[in-house]
Amino acid sequence: METFAALAHGMAVAVQPMNLLYALIGVFLGTAVGVLPGIGPALTVALLLPVTYKLDPGGSLIMFAGIYYGGMYGGSTTAILINTPGESASMATALEGNKMAKAGRGGPALATSAIGSFVAGTIATIGLAFLAPWLVDFAVRFGPEDYFALMCVAFVTVSATFGDSPIRGLTSLFVGLTLGLIGIDKLTGQARLAFGIPELLDGVEVTTLAVGLFALGEALYVASRRHHAEEKIEPVRGSLWMTKEDWKRSWKPWLRGTMFGFPIGALPAGGAEIPTFLSYSTEKRLTKHPEEFGKGAIEGVAGPEAANNASAAGTLVPLLTLGLPTSATAAMMLAGFQQYGLNPGPLLFAERPDLVWGLIASLFIANVMLLVLNLPLVGLWVKLLAIPQPWLYAGILVFATMGTIAAKPSVVELSMLAGFGVLGFLMRRFDFPIAPVVVGLILGPIAESQLRRALAISLGDPLVLLQSSMSATLLGIALIALLAPFVLKGLGRFKASED
Amino acid sequence: MMPFHTRLFGAVVALTLAATAPALSQQLELKIMAPAAPGGGWDQTARAMQQALVAAKIARSIQVTNVAGAGGSVGIAQFVNGAKGDGNQMMVNGFVMVGALAMNKSPVTLEQVTPIARLTEEIQVIVVPANSPLKTAQDLAAAVKADIAKVTFAGGSAGGVDHVMAALFAGTIGADAKKINYIPFSGGGESLAAILGGKVTAGISGMSEYEGQIKSGKLRALGVTSEKRIPGVDIPTFKEQGIDLVLANWRSVVAPPGITPEQRKTLSDAVEKMVKSDAWKDILKQKGWDDAYLSGDAFADFLKKETIRVTDVLKSVGLVKS
Repeated sequence: METFAALAHGMAVAVQPMNLLYALIGVFLGTAVGVLPGIGPALTVALLLPVTYKLDPGGSLIMFAGIYYGGMYGGSTTAILINTPGESASMATALEGNKMAKAGRGGPALATSAIGSFVAGTIATIGLAFLAPWLVDFAVRFGPEDYFALMCVAFVTVSATFGDSPIRGLTSLFVGLTLGLIGIDKLTGQARLAFGIPELLDGVEVTTLAVGLFALGEALYVASRRHHAEEKIEPVRGSLWMTKEDWKRSWKPWLRGTMFGFPIGALPAGGAEIPTFLSYSTEKRLTKHPEEFGKGAIEGVAGPEAANNASAAGTLVPLLTLGLPTSATAAMMLAGFQQYGLNPGPLLFAERPDLVWGLIASLFIANVMLLVLNLPLVGLWVKLLAIPQPWLYAGILVFATMGTIAAKPSVVELSMLAGFGVLGFLMRRFDFPIAPVVVGLILGPIAESQLRRALAISLGDPLVLLQSSMSATLLGIALIALLAPFVLKGLGRFKASED
Repeated sequence: MMPFHTRLFGAVVALTLAATAPALSQQLELKIMAPAAPGGGWDQTARAMQQALVAAKIARSIQVTNVAGAGGSVGIAQFVNGAKGDGNQMMVNGFVMVGALAMNKSPVTLEQVTPIARLTEEIQVIVVPANSPLKTAQDLAAAVKADIAKVTFAGGSAGGVDHVMAALFAGTIGADAKKINYIPFSGGGESLAAILGGKVTAGISGMSEYEGQIKSGKLRALGVTSEKRIPGVDIPTFKEQGIDLVLANWRSVVAPPGITPEQRKTLSDAVEKMVKSDAWKDILKQKGWDDAYLSGDAFADFLKKETIRVTDVLKSVGLVKS
């Protein structure tokens, strides 16, 4: 009951006209930067910090939270429409979403992503309000060995899910893992595979890889096919809005996506990418329309979209309760708190309840605003697909390149973008799945350092991986996920011969 | 897109003004490089300087640029090569850059830049979880001496200030610094989780990172690295516990190589005026930074000594090959 009273008080803070305005500015800016590849919410908050210095703390933090949620929404729009994920968390969305858009179902894809984000964001914010203290205890107990086990689950599901054959999926994954080795090794500080190029010391930027493989690769591929059978893009086919069937197929993925996104987002090293891919894999397994996956299945958009928004709320759990920033944007928000002399942590709830609960309440409001802002835009966005192909892809090329330069102005970065574009083209041409490369780049380095941390703490004893019950369970799940397809196939054959 | 516009706009402004404006200090047009991504400590320092220099009317305009990468190695390379002889540019740097340059075998070193001044510093602290049996720095020292491999330290990136401090701690108490079990985490957040979760023995970081947890009693501070106790903070120094460990994570500002003594004086004077301004003092208070102003030859000396000390420590733990 205490929580309800606090939340009601927070609502009163959040609905003050000025705070509503800040929330509106935040979600608008967030959506805009989410749409641009390369410029993420973290950079936006960083650039705004000095500007907001004179504002009152409550208002600007509400604005930052709006940017964060907005960025998660905006990233999916470009992923669906032009196969250019605005940030890595929307990568899973691009897989089915862009296929849907090409088949004339861009409207429902955008709608299920907007509504799914709303549902997930709302549930996760409720979770933040009520479960934060409990969840944070769980999150803190998650040790390096547990993270490593979680990464194993992600690797197995991802390589088994994408592509026509596991061997192609694994090949792509290993390309990504190799790219992940580039740069300074986190644990010893030594450079690996940098070839003396200073720009490579920090490793390969995920957005550069994703934009190169997805957007540039796609543009090259389309250009190369131009004189063959021209791929027909239909701007709209059927209803612009979600049909009854779409709703029926979306609501469960929304809820499941939330279940992945919120707890994993709350983990200090969880991130938004793992839940989106886990959600995608799960939906692919559970769907009643497996034939549609790879051709534009709505479940494959609904689940990951819900997951990435839920993880955004999850990130705020350790930030508000412990002062632990677990994503780049959260780290910037922490800097925002400190700018006002506030130290997030256990004391913040006690010292400044108006601020904390005002922030949580404004997250609800930001969610509603985003839905209101995004749904009417669906019609407008879909018109983008009616642009003649050569123009559209030329635009994508400019857009993708500008985004990359804006994030990191250097020749090396641009060359890498071009190189990844060619790689993406070749992989498309020879039927290798693209997503596992990006997954490998994101998760490979995390898995490596967590495993090495676990071993350093246990003084080299590998049994540490089985001693923690969480890690043992997760490794068990990974093993089952690895073997299940073969076992099921065997059973299926058995059944078939029985008939 | 923002960096584009600001960059272009800044370049245009700089060009027009370079042609017309005399080099009067109140008309200074400076470019300050933060060799890191927006948001980190160096970026915040650069932007704080921008704010204070303009507010105190010492400079007409300041443009902050970010060149991120490899603990500043990318930024300093660009700064030394690109800004050579330019008296209107400065770069923020700090403790972490010293180690990063040594580890990355950077062809560019801090000896090449023109030292201007040290600006701020942050005291380091060692913490343990509240339920740890270790109560004092001496307890920790005893544990390290008993079995050095079993004492795990969590902290920031390899070769950074936290890592150097762990090695210095072991060295000071007479243990073999090479054998320390230091576990680097990316950023204070992640290491904090490992400490609170009892995954490691102790954690090392800047004071501000752990302040909230120490106050709320979730973490116990074993000691701070300042010479004397920090006013208003009830944590003993290592020194008073008989461990000679004095260290601070400092941040400073430097100018490009090859500038004239007059240019150096103009920049030094501007920074000195800034440090004394109310605007700067307000920022320090608000950000919780400690004033550590040191200029001229004293700073150049300090920079040299610190470079030797850090490089030696990194060699002793095997991060830099001698």
